[in-house]
Amino acid sequence: MQLNRDELLGAYGRMKIIREFEQRLHEEIKTGEIGGFTHLYAGQEAVAVGICDQLTVEDKIVSTHRGHGHCIAKGCDVKGMMKEIYGREGGLCKGRAGSMHIADLDVGMLGANGIVGGGAPQAVGAAIAARMDGKGRVGIAFSGDGACNQGTTFEAMNLAVVTKVPAIFVFENNHYSEHTGDAYAVGTNQDIASRAEAFGMKAWRANGCDFFETYAAFAELLEYVRAGNGPAAIELDTERYYGHFEGDPQRYRGKGELDRIRAERDCLKAFRARVTGAALLTDEDLDGVDAQVMALIDEAVAEARADAQPDPATVADDVYVEYY
Amino acid sequence: MAIMNIREAIVSTLHAEMERDSDIILLGEDVVGGNGTAGGPEAIGGIWGTSPGLWKKFGPERVIDTPISESAIIGAAAGAALSGKRPVAELMFADFVGVSLDQIWNQMAKFRYMFGGKTKCPAVVRLVYGAGMQTAAQHSQSVYAMLTAMPGLKVVLPTTPADAKGLLTEALRGDDPVMFFEHKTLYGVKGEVPDGDHRQRFGEARVVREGGDVTVVACGRMVSFSEKAADKLAADGIGMDLLDLRTTSPLDEDAILESVEQTGRLVVVDESPPRCSLAADIAAMVTERAFTSLKAPPAMVTAPHSPIPFARNLERAWVPSPQKIEDAVRRVLAFR
Repeated sequence: MQLNRDELLGAYGRMKIIREFEQRLHEEIKTGEIGGFTHLYAGQEAVAVGICDQLTVEDKIVSTHRGHGHCIAKGCDVKGMMKEIYGREGGLCKGRAGSMHIADLDVGMLGANGIVGGGAPQAVGAAIAARMDGKGRVGIAFSGDGACNQGTTFEAMNLAVVTKVPAIFVFENNHYSEHTGDAYAVGTNQDIASRAEAFGMKAWRANGCDFFETYAAFAELLEYVRAGNGPAAIELDTERYYGHFEGDPQRYRGKGELDRIRAERDCLKAFRARVTGAALLTDEDLDGVDAQVMALIDEAVAEARADAQPDPATVADDVYVEYY
Repeated sequence: MAIMNIREAIVSTLHAEMERDSDIILLGEDVVGGNGTAGGPEAIGGIWGTSPGLWKKFGPERVIDTPISESAIIGAAAGAALSGKRPVAELMFADFVGVSLDQIWNQMAKFRYMFGGKTKCPAVVRLVYGAGMQTAAQHSQSVYAMLTAMPGLKVVLPTTPADAKGLLTEALRGDDPVMFFEHKTLYGVKGEVPDGDHRQRFGEARVVREGGDVTVVACGRMVSFSEKAADKLAADGIGMDLLDLRTTSPLDEDAILESVEQTGRLVVVDESPPRCSLAADIAAMVTERAFTSLKAPPAMVTAPHSPIPFARNLERAWVPSPQKIEDAVRRVLAFR
């Protein structure tokens, strides 16, 4: 694996956008301007970007309630997402979705999902479609250590195996399903990949806080699936910087745990150290990206605030394509 | 015109539409059948005999046998529909909606709305429903009311072979998720089916009888039961307007209201318990919108508020009968 300068800058930029998007939401939510439930993806950026950077627009992903990172990595418009989360008319889903249901089929993002485990069977459907199209495309389900315990996920894995479709199950283990630890909730000794293996799939494991390790493992997996070997899975060990939802007091965290995670398992810091250490990029290069990202997020928030609210007269529009 | 039964109409429509549109796929339990057995594929062709020959003609990428995993069946259909295909997912028994409801209700029904109207989910779910074969509490239910209540779904219940063809064709060429209910006792019903392209628009009730004295609204198996009641009543000079709804979502409110405005009397027949039922829904709609036309309170002929029993005589007692429909008509006509 050898990424060129532009690819490295792009990957860093997308991870940085996700980080700053989420950190800014964490601050803005406190103002009371943003309603509903928001689940932040900060900490897990290397997973979304390490995977989605290797996909085409025709590859489909289904995401989770913690979906902002997947959306950004797959190419959803960042300003449109911010407007959506603010519940504005110009939102990516016209203010119908909010944080939990953002989708953009034009970039192959079939939807975040408010139902834990709701997406996995849909990725198998996308894989059935991909096989019919015969272009080597794949359907990918992002699931967490929470969704790995849902029956839908088991059904989806088995269906993918018996039909031999190009479905990929990405398990992001951030060690907390809502407020419960994987040490309690995930049987199989917290080894999620072993479940995929038990269904008859080849599975990979990688450090999800390391972009390069994630990228390399997924590159192998993707080549295997695109070659027509049927479904596969990957488990990424990662970290969630914030609570399950914004407002979560996180009383379940250990003393100093969050400080340790941020100090030792920050995928952005690790990326910077790696690429500057290998003289692939300089600190100035990355600082330049940081400045662009901060400006983008500032603009996104300002434009979201200024955007109109949806017209209440449209509340029942778009339920059907046609209804008479 | 060809004479065929509802089962044959469904099979021939699936063959014709899959031939016409290579994006249509079929998936479900035993829709091929026999995979992984000594008998080999197509040993079954659908437990209800509604998919023979499809696997052989269209191959395993388009005709997909699934494990017994109803959530995955519906979810895969939803994902394939979002990916540009037109899946037909079969639920062997409509009762299994209970196993797969999230994928129907929280997922496929809501995609278009949640995603800001920028997508469509053209999936057809075929559900085999209804009492009458002693299949008891978990294999006999008519769950159309529950799905009718869900915005984003269309709900279709053919009662004739012509409508089976017309409504299934319409479902497969439309762009919204459709719940296509097939009553297990009606598969053998014979009738004329138009040749060639035949589409039946949703939301247009079928006028089965025009009698003028009372409006009877029914769907599914209750249509033929109402016809039996109509024959008895006709002998006494009582004329029934009988409407077969064809679809409960969209609902042909105009046809119901126009008839009630003429007759002033309404009987709704519904093969399900009475609470939050289709019967209650239609009675409320008519009461609200045609109150001054009513000469008697609307009557609901439904099953009791109970699960469906097994024993033959108990099941017969549970299902609304032609006699109960006849009694209800006489009751609303006698109201002063």
